[in-house]
Amino acid sequence: MNDNNNIVDKITKGDYKYGFVTDIETEVIRKGLNEEVVRLISQKKEEPEWLLEYRLKAYHHWLTLKEPHWAHLSIPEIDYQDIYYYAAPKKNAPKSEEEIDPELLKTFDKLGIPLEEQKHLAGMAVDAVMDSISVKTTYRENLAELGIIFCSFNEAVKNYPDLVKKYLGTVVPYTDNYFAALNSAVFSDGSFVYIPKGVRCPMELSTYFRINAAQTGQFERTLIVADDDSYVSYLEGCTAPMRDESQLHAAIVELVAHDRAEIKYSTVQNWYPGDKEGKGGIYNFVTKRALCKGISSKVSWTQVETGSAITWKYPSCVLLGDNSVGEFYSVAVTNNYQQADTGTKMIHLGKNTRSHIVSKGISAGFSQNSYRGLVRVSKNADGARNFSQCDSLLLGDKCGAHTFPYMDINNESAIVEHEATTSKISEDQVFYCNQRGISTEDAVGLIVNGYAKEVINKLPMEFAVEAQKLLQVSLEGSVG
Amino acid sequence: MSVEQSYIDIYKQYGEVLKKNSAAPMNELREKAFESFERLGFPTRRLEAYQYTDLKDLFGVNYGMNLNRVALKEDFRCDVPGINAHLFYIVNDTFYCPAESEKALLELRAKGVSIGSIREYAQSNPSLVSKYYGKAAGCGSDALTDFNTAFAQDGFFLHIPENVVIEKPIQLICVMSGSVPMLGTQRNLIVLERAAQAKLLLCAHTKGELEQLSNRVTEVFVGENAVYDHYKLENTHAKSVSIAKLYAKQYTGSELLVNDITLHNGLTRNNIQIDIDGEHCQTTLSGMAIGDAKQHIDNATQINHNFPNCKSRELYKYVLNDEAVGAFSGKVKVAKGAIKTEAYQTDRNVCMSPKARMYTKPHLEIYADDVKCSHGASTGRIDETALFYLRSRGISESEARMLLMFAFVSDVLENIRIEAVRDKIRMLVEQRFRGELSRCSNCGVCK
Repeated sequence: MNDNNNIVDKITKGDYKYGFVTDIETEVIRKGLNEEVVRLISQKKEEPEWLLEYRLKAYHHWLTLKEPHWAHLSIPEIDYQDIYYYAAPKKNAPKSEEEIDPELLKTFDKLGIPLEEQKHLAGMAVDAVMDSISVKTTYRENLAELGIIFCSFNEAVKNYPDLVKKYLGTVVPYTDNYFAALNSAVFSDGSFVYIPKGVRCPMELSTYFRINAAQTGQFERTLIVADDDSYVSYLEGCTAPMRDESQLHAAIVELVAHDRAEIKYSTVQNWYPGDKEGKGGIYNFVTKRALCKGISSKVSWTQVETGSAITWKYPSCVLLGDNSVGEFYSVAVTNNYQQADTGTKMIHLGKNTRSHIVSKGISAGFSQNSYRGLVRVSKNADGARNFSQCDSLLLGDKCGAHTFPYMDINNESAIVEHEATTSKISEDQVFYCNQRGISTEDAVGLIVNGYAKEVINKLPMEFAVEAQKLLQVSLEGSVG
Repeated sequence: MSVEQSYIDIYKQYGEVLKKNSAAPMNELREKAFESFERLGFPTRRLEAYQYTDLKDLFGVNYGMNLNRVALKEDFRCDVPGINAHLFYIVNDTFYCPAESEKALLELRAKGVSIGSIREYAQSNPSLVSKYYGKAAGCGSDALTDFNTAFAQDGFFLHIPENVVIEKPIQLICVMSGSVPMLGTQRNLIVLERAAQAKLLLCAHTKGELEQLSNRVTEVFVGENAVYDHYKLENTHAKSVSIAKLYAKQYTGSELLVNDITLHNGLTRNNIQIDIDGEHCQTTLSGMAIGDAKQHIDNATQINHNFPNCKSRELYKYVLNDEAVGAFSGKVKVAKGAIKTEAYQTDRNVCMSPKARMYTKPHLEIYADDVKCSHGASTGRIDETALFYLRSRGISESEARMLLMFAFVSDVLENIRIEAVRDKIRMLVEQRFRGELSRCSNCGVCK
């Protein structure tokens, strides 16, 4: 047991492997938030009048709101006037690959995402977002042939204003919550995807977000629209450099699925979680929501959360269309002093809608890991079906694992089930492996990976590999 | 004028009357509790704990309060055959011992058991009452409990000394009654010293058709190796509002069973909070609710595992018809260091009609690693294939439904360890499912 504890110590105290700062000159607007800053951001991005109005409305609404404190998190006071709301790499908009800052390319290389190779290897279109401005978009032409729009949010505002105007804020209105209002006021950039009718996107679309300039909150905005009978799989991956001061990250992701469309949204989040004493780290306050607007539409969220000091994130599905399906698969790992309050909301509005929730929490060190979920079946959602499963694994006796499910059933024909278990890694299992010559470290790696397999299997292959690596890095060898 | 203000005024105006008709141990906490109530106000739906039940407006009715402790002259005859229990009454919030129980009362007292009105005991034995009074319920965390502490004048008191076992169950019939709408602030205190044993059946009733509001706080202390069963049966009418809070503390090796059954009611909010403050405790918490018309049943439970090696089991079942609303929130909290805890929670609900609503919130908060905890919750409707199976064997649809519903709740009834009571309640439940107004036979109370 002592040995095991040593291994736990060794592993759970491991340093963040992806912590480094890239030196790229960044252009910033001075710290603080006021109407002028909102106007300035809009002006820098050469935005049309309607978008500025949207931002201002959101800003004024934000002023009326209070920071939410209902989550099972202890959030240090955030000084919203001490944050840079805009930062862009100065050498932006390179025309060709040669023009890309070599420093930036090096960063991506360190992260194991060589853009060059990926083109050939994975057949993946990467829209790399460094801080706020989209630096490079590949495979745009290939996609364009099919009529697929995959570009940065700013470009979309310039080139496809009608589409953006039609869908922006329809899933997450700026009045939704505190952080959504903040994002709507100051969002910097993000991705926009439109899949036309009947098109099956031939490759996985991927954006790597990175927070780069110190003390810059990053406020991306992602909008994905899948028109009738279309399909898209979108990957979002995050790693961030090491920092001393906490950084605020408040993104919005909006998905709209029309008739028979399917959107698969996968996230691997590995932002800087703070050091072993809980100093620093990213605050990840994200609003993600999908609207299954059309009949038989489907949205599937998959997330592997290993990073961030504080995570506040509930990717949700509004199942409006009849026969629509929502899925949520999540692995959340917390270590040291990390805190996570994450889960999902499934709002059943249409008839015969189905949802499936699988959440796996793993907590170690002094961390707190909570699942918070809502399943609501409205009055007219006949034949709604939900199954939720929430498992928690505790590694160490100083961490916490919590489950807060809510089930609001307003229709008799609904069948809603929720199951949750909490346990530690069984000593029998470890002993069994030891007996067969597998070291305790490897055994725990095996068990944790096996435990999370159900979710990791839902990730696209390229991501699954990274996710498994991440799990190993953060927890391999841990025995409670 | 806000709803709170009218009660604040009553307190300010009649505080002295309140105190005069009470005793020191109860008066000591009054001011502090009142200040806390004044600060918190009645809970609204904005509070997480009261998300599904809005109580504020319910206090707005012009209720009468018996602050002067006017003696109530009502003659009750409640003879539930077979239970063979020590029978006592609480009318609104006044303890009352019927003539037939007077002998039993004296016998129990001869054994060293203190049993009777909390007001009288607070006057005659203040040190015994003040040792426990308010120690489990606390002050400042729940406005309705504070309201109770501020206004409570009477209720049931039971103190069982070491090693004394009361074999016969104690039946406490709580009746809300009056020619005008009444607000009853009942305060019960039950203490079992080391290795004592008792079983209590609390029946909540209403008389007449008027609005009645009962705000009951019961504190229970289960000493080392003591065994205590607490059964509550609510059978009231559509205009009654029942707020019942049970705060229990368990010490080493003790066993506690709470079974909370709601058959008929208007609006009910039950809170059960169990603090496990010793090792090797066993806790069984179960409950069921049958709702139709516009019944509203909200059960909020919390089990705090503060010590290692304890086991808790929780089981709740709801059957909802018409426009009934059910809410269940169950929290299990395992404190740091409370290893080897086993905590299982199950909540199963059936909605029988399109307008029935069910809200479920099973929460787990765990701060220790070597534990086995699980919860399961489901809401659905009667299994059509099971129904078909029974119908194919010649059982009529209504009978088949009844059978299935009865089978559905039967495991809650299994958690009643007094055979006669179990049979009695089983019969009431069956009657309830058959749509008959279930009432205790020969019971003079719920005419």
